[in-house]
Amino acid sequence: MKIHEFQAKDLLRAAGVPVLAGKVARTPEEAAAAFTALGTPVCAVKAQIHAGGRGKGSVIGSSQRGVELAKSAADAARIAKGLLGQTLVTIQTGPEGQVVRQVFVESGCQIERELYCAVLVDRRVGSPVLIASTAGGVDIEEVAAHTPELILSEPFDPDRGLAAYQTRVLAAKLGLPHTSWRAAEQFFRSLTKAFVALDASLLEINPLVLTKDGGMVALDAKMTFDDNALFRHKHIAALRDEAEEEPAETRAAAAGLSYVKLNGTIGCLVNGAGLAMSTMDLVKYHGGEPANFLDVGGGADVKQVTEAFRIILSDKHVKAILVNIFGGIMRCTTIATALVEASKTVGFNVPLVVRLEGTEVEEGKKILATSGTAIITADGLTDAAKKVVAAAAAV
Amino acid sequence: MSILVNRDTRVICQGITGKVGEFHTRGCLDYGTRMVGGVTPGKGGEKIADLPVFDTVAEAVASTGANATMIFVPPAFAADAILEAVDAGIPLVIAITEGIPVIDMARVMPVVHASKSRLIGPNCPGVITPGQCKIGIMPGYIHTPGHVGVMSRSGTLTYEAVWQLTQLGHGQSTCVGLGGDPLVGSSFIDILALFEADPDTHSILMMGEIGGSAEEEAAEYVKHHVSKPVAAFIAGQTAPPGKRMGHAGAIISGGKGTAEAKLAALRDAGIEIAASPADMGTAMARAIAARKK
Repeated sequence: MKIHEFQAKDLLRAAGVPVLAGKVARTPEEAAAAFTALGTPVCAVKAQIHAGGRGKGSVIGSSQRGVELAKSAADAARIAKGLLGQTLVTIQTGPEGQVVRQVFVESGCQIERELYCAVLVDRRVGSPVLIASTAGGVDIEEVAAHTPELILSEPFDPDRGLAAYQTRVLAAKLGLPHTSWRAAEQFFRSLTKAFVALDASLLEINPLVLTKDGGMVALDAKMTFDDNALFRHKHIAALRDEAEEEPAETRAAAAGLSYVKLNGTIGCLVNGAGLAMSTMDLVKYHGGEPANFLDVGGGADVKQVTEAFRIILSDKHVKAILVNIFGGIMRCTTIATALVEASKTVGFNVPLVVRLEGTEVEEGKKILATSGTAIITADGLTDAAKKVVAAAAAV
Repeated sequence: MSILVNRDTRVICQGITGKVGEFHTRGCLDYGTRMVGGVTPGKGGEKIADLPVFDTVAEAVASTGANATMIFVPPAFAADAILEAVDAGIPLVIAITEGIPVIDMARVMPVVHASKSRLIGPNCPGVITPGQCKIGIMPGYIHTPGHVGVMSRSGTLTYEAVWQLTQLGHGQSTCVGLGGDPLVGSSFIDILALFEADPDTHSILMMGEIGGSAEEEAAEYVKHHVSKPVAAFIAGQTAPPGKRMGHAGAIISGGKGTAEAKLAALRDAGIEIAASPADMGTAMARAIAARKK
């Protein structure tokens, strides 16, 4: 789960990570009031969307950038007006952009140097790591690709956290002045503690700023959370902003289904994540474009599977549906029953190709055959893919 | 021969009194697995499917001589269940549970590594040596005894591959589900080493997916240490970046973990690639045939 920058900064501040004072605003008037209340000569007004690259991104139909400095309350209001309700396009949003619903007005600071740091779980090491680089404020993926030697990595034990000496190793390699080493220790250790305590999956500070007076401060903050751990962090789960999410994905999550919307015309309903991905690949291999990833999981019941069909059919681009089930825990009879149920309650207005294999396959096929539901049956993956691609093309 | 499990493996189920744990314990018994008991704290003394239930893993091991465990404990308590199994000295710990927080697994990993136990999973279908021992949730009937070693990060995709192999007349020595989470106990490399050393495994089929770099590391290992023919499929060739595709570990982030990079590494290691998921069994057959020439 993703959250906004201002929410991440609230969490970091509470965890003892130095951040600047700031206020969220939903109208130009609120932005002006925030500027006045903060009382610094310069403030940054930053669009709050669930995507990065805001500083270089711009609003559709104007030259307004996603992040801009304001020198007066009127200035802050003008920038907020240019952003609120507008669609911001950044390198991460795709060409369709994302609507800005709130801005974050944040105090300025005197920047000496910009650095990069992030905390994440390194699969290869099998533990969380703190990543840091002198190349701050830039695209870290570019740095990783071209100058990997500029990226420093310190693994740490979740319970012990980053050791003090590790922060000194980093401070030395980052070339921080000795007078700032205590600030660096405080920053890095509180950051790694927050990562573990909050069950984050990514905590990225880009840029991390060394200020002119030797302090360290998180100028930006991007935070995503481990969905599997939200059950023990109700206050974080409450930060979910559904306006930033694809409605069908939110709806699927509520039903316990795993769904990702894509841009094609062939809806896919599959059990198991690996098989669901493979089914998309199969459709593409035979010349079609998948409309979605949908894994109904192993333990889905008739109600969930019916909801899965509803979600696929709610996508107006879907011209045909491929059901690919290899029953393990999931029984073919459950899918067949749900399919018949869905055709009664939802009604299929597009061709449906069904391939069943595995647990209770014969019984499942029988349910479909005797139900009178119009379906195209398929034997094997290739047959299923060819039939669904042909069906979508014929519509 | 086979790897990890055989007809002598004595298995307990942690979480045996739960609905899913009981269901699959019965499934394993039906397959012929030597299930010897189960563990659920607070339910010691009960019976499930005629098997004794114990309060702790240590008691279960002392009483039954179990040398493998199958874990169905709910996600919030599963990491603790793994630690308990390792502490009781069980050599093979298979965690089926999906949805364990990553940080919990980061706490478990060093303990597992420092122990003599091998962890498979979590978030995996389990391990099966066809005709001998099934520990997990896979449908038994699709498997047939033979000489192809199968390993995968995905459950249903493994079933698909095994089914194709069986249809083509290629039986399996052992099939191992590694799990779809970012942190799992055993990697492709760990299992490759076991398959390479197993005289009964003549060839290896692996199914990877987007996210992480386990497939690239496996490719490098195959290049230098594996003499047997290997075929592979990578799921998620059409997956968009930045989106988690069901499995917690299946995500392309920061331009890393793409299917193209994995396929290139596998090809470079001389591994036969299945172009479509319908081609997994035939890719294995091609790799075997090429080696016989």
